[in-house]
Amino acid sequence: MLLNQFLVLSAVLFAIGVYGVLARRNGVLVLMSIELILNAVNINLVAFGSYVSSISGEVFALFVITVAAAEVGVGLAILLLLYRNRRSVDLSEADLMKG
Amino acid sequence: MGLQGIGVLAAEASAEIVHASGWFLSNVWIIPAIPAAGFFAILFFGKRLPRGGSELGIIAVGASLVLALCTVGQWISTVNGAGGAAVEPVVNRWTWWVAGGVDFTIGTLTDGLAVALLFVVTAISLLVHIYSTDYVAGDVRYTHFFAFLSLFTAAMLFFVLAENTIQMIVGWELVGVCSFVLIGHWWEEKPNSDAALKAFLTNRVGDVGLLVGVSVLFFAAGGTFSILEINTRAIDGEIGHNLLLISALCLLAAVISKSGQFFLHTWLPDAMAGPTPVSALIHAATMVVAGVYLVARMYGVFFEGMVIAGSSINALALIGGITTLVGASLAFVQNDIKRVLAYSTISQLGYMVMALGVGAWTAAVFHLFTHAFFKACLFLGSGSVSHSVHSFDMKKDMGGLRKHMPHTFRTFMIASVALAGLPPLAGFWSKDEILAGTGGWGVFGATGGNGAYTAMLFMGMATAALTAAYMTRCIYLTFFGTYRGHGHPHESGRRITVPLWILAIFAVGAGWTNLPKGFQIVPKSWTEQFGHYVEPVAAEHFYFPAIAHATPSWTLAIVSTLVALTGAGVALAYYRRVDRRAAAGGAATELADGPTSRWTVARAGHTLLVQKYYLDHLYTGIVAKGTAGPVAKGAYWFNQHGIDEVVNQAGRKAVAAGHIIYDRIDQQVIDGVVNTTGAASHGAGEELRRMQTGKVQQYAGVMFVAAVVLAAALLLVL
Repeated sequence: MLLNQFLVLSAVLFAIGVYGVLARRNGVLVLMSIELILNAVNINLVAFGSYVSSISGEVFALFVITVAAAEVGVGLAILLLLYRNRRSVDLSEADLMKG
Repeated sequence: MGLQGIGVLAAEASAEIVHASGWFLSNVWIIPAIPAAGFFAILFFGKRLPRGGSELGIIAVGASLVLALCTVGQWISTVNGAGGAAVEPVVNRWTWWVAGGVDFTIGTLTDGLAVALLFVVTAISLLVHIYSTDYVAGDVRYTHFFAFLSLFTAAMLFFVLAENTIQMIVGWELVGVCSFVLIGHWWEEKPNSDAALKAFLTNRVGDVGLLVGVSVLFFAAGGTFSILEINTRAIDGEIGHNLLLISALCLLAAVISKSGQFFLHTWLPDAMAGPTPVSALIHAATMVVAGVYLVARMYGVFFEGMVIAGSSINALALIGGITTLVGASLAFVQNDIKRVLAYSTISQLGYMVMALGVGAWTAAVFHLFTHAFFKACLFLGSGSVSHSVHSFDMKKDMGGLRKHMPHTFRTFMIASVALAGLPPLAGFWSKDEILAGTGGWGVFGATGGNGAYTAMLFMGMATAALTAAYMTRCIYLTFFGTYRGHGHPHESGRRITVPLWILAIFAVGAGWTNLPKGFQIVPKSWTEQFGHYVEPVAAEHFYFPAIAHATPSWTLAIVSTLVALTGAGVALAYYRRVDRRAAAGGAATELADGPTSRWTVARAGHTLLVQKYYLDHLYTGIVAKGTAGPVAKGAYWFNQHGIDEVVNQAGRKAVAAGHIIYDRIDQQVIDGVVNTTGAASHGAGEELRRMQTGKVQQYAGVMFVAAVVLAAALLLVL
């Protein structure tokens, strides 16, 4: 069973995702990076699921995909409004909550 | 277990338990289901219907009423068939969901108490529906209004039929949210939406108590939510007394907020911002009686937890007693006719809770039953008046309406007399039963109560006098004297007066369902019918505690009637005098600000002081300024003439002392501490501020680092 390889793949994806979320300035790319993180988790779920030959891993992954779709919908809507208001999706400029 | 007071009852309690059955009793779930379906139907199709969905609501609630009547009939025949033995309630339950090995069920529990409430809720709701077709005609959210009226009814019926405590919470919250929506029906105006919020938030306070109480009971009763089982175990002594006391107190907190009991009652007068039919429904049948019903339903827990038998005071009785007095005294200083009725409801709910507190279970439920009719009649009557004069202000816009609105006047009069508790109207019988049930002060011959609640007896008596007096004031200002408003008042239409008359008939007759046993004028088989069918007979391992029944006496009846008549008489004499003076040239100012202050002072300087204490220290900022004003004026009068000198002297000394304290202690010691604290927190805030960059990614980075640290810690430690 090639469990390790899957875990390494997912770890790499996760790391890329985290980098994107923390470092990219473009909001859309941040959203995409979040998707990367989620999919890394999905790979983990499916890999472990098949490792212990249980279907719950796949089921869980399906749920994550569904929730991710909803999440990205909301996220894009927020970004759209942000763009309409400030003509930019640069996250470092959106700091109205600065104390 | 309080065994002292229940020695008499051992003979009454029978070991036999009869199982009831019947189509209507076991399919009772249909009754709340119909208005619930009606709610969705009105919401989705109401606007397309010729009468805006109101016909759907009336049909749904009407069908529920018919079914409720059938259920009542079947229950009566079941009890008749049992021949005096205890009747097992009809329980139907289905598994709702399963979690952690616990079955969460949903179901119905039908017994005498539930069927009585089924009838009250559906009957009053139907009348309110019919009334509303005229009252809110042409409203912007006409359809919406009827939809929520139906849901409100359905929620209350669901609550009444609850089989377990979880279902009770659901019903409880549904009722709360419906009242929120309906109180804020005209939310465009800020006070209305504020009142709705206040009602909702105040109720949330008590809901915490309900949640905690239900959880405690779940564990205390060995993992069950079933109402019957919890009660049975509480009565059998299987739950420790401390646990019972804690859960009873938690549930009491819920009752205090829902049923407008003392210190959380403030939302109730504000809830008058809602349309009048809603107020009628809230006060008579749905919202506020939920609290009383909760106590009646979980009576095993309260009876054992509060040690009601053989005692002379407990939290339930005390809260009820205080509430009844506070409500009745505050009703005096209201100018808004609906607010008078709102405080009156608080007072009457206090009566019911007090009755439950002294162990007069049947009397409390009976009072709930009779009160529902006459209070609904009063509210709908006040709505009819305001419909005609376009105001709720008794002093500014009413007076002399007797001639203009004969039907409203007569029904309002009947309901007021019933509320004041004059024989032979409904309120008299239930009030008298409660007073007898206190078992206090044997002089009145009220023997055989659960304990010797003498204090409660006097609170009840005082309230009887106050009730008669403030209703006299209300009627006098509204219907007698000269008309002070503008325009021409007119009698309301048929759809308003017919429900009024039906309720008035009930206000007269509802009391005859439970004539006391000692009442020899009628055949013995006519007496205590309500109690016979509603109160469960105690038995071994049964859900209802063995409560003692007081035997009312003629003396008590006569005394309480005289007390009420005196209250009414004094009020009437006072207002007649005011009117005469006004006629002699004193004009309207006499009526506008004279009565409250002088009336209070004249009647009892002591109560005035007590009220001043309440209002100035406890109610500042809680009761509206308008409420506080007149009483404060009365207190001022007393101050000026009575304790002025003492106060002035004390004041001068106090000022001198105050200066010294101010210079030495306040400025130097206390201010120094305060300033240092302030400066310190200011500095800390300035430093911490830098962390709040507003940059989302920085936050995410911190979060990620923290997660990594935590994960590492987890890996290393485990």
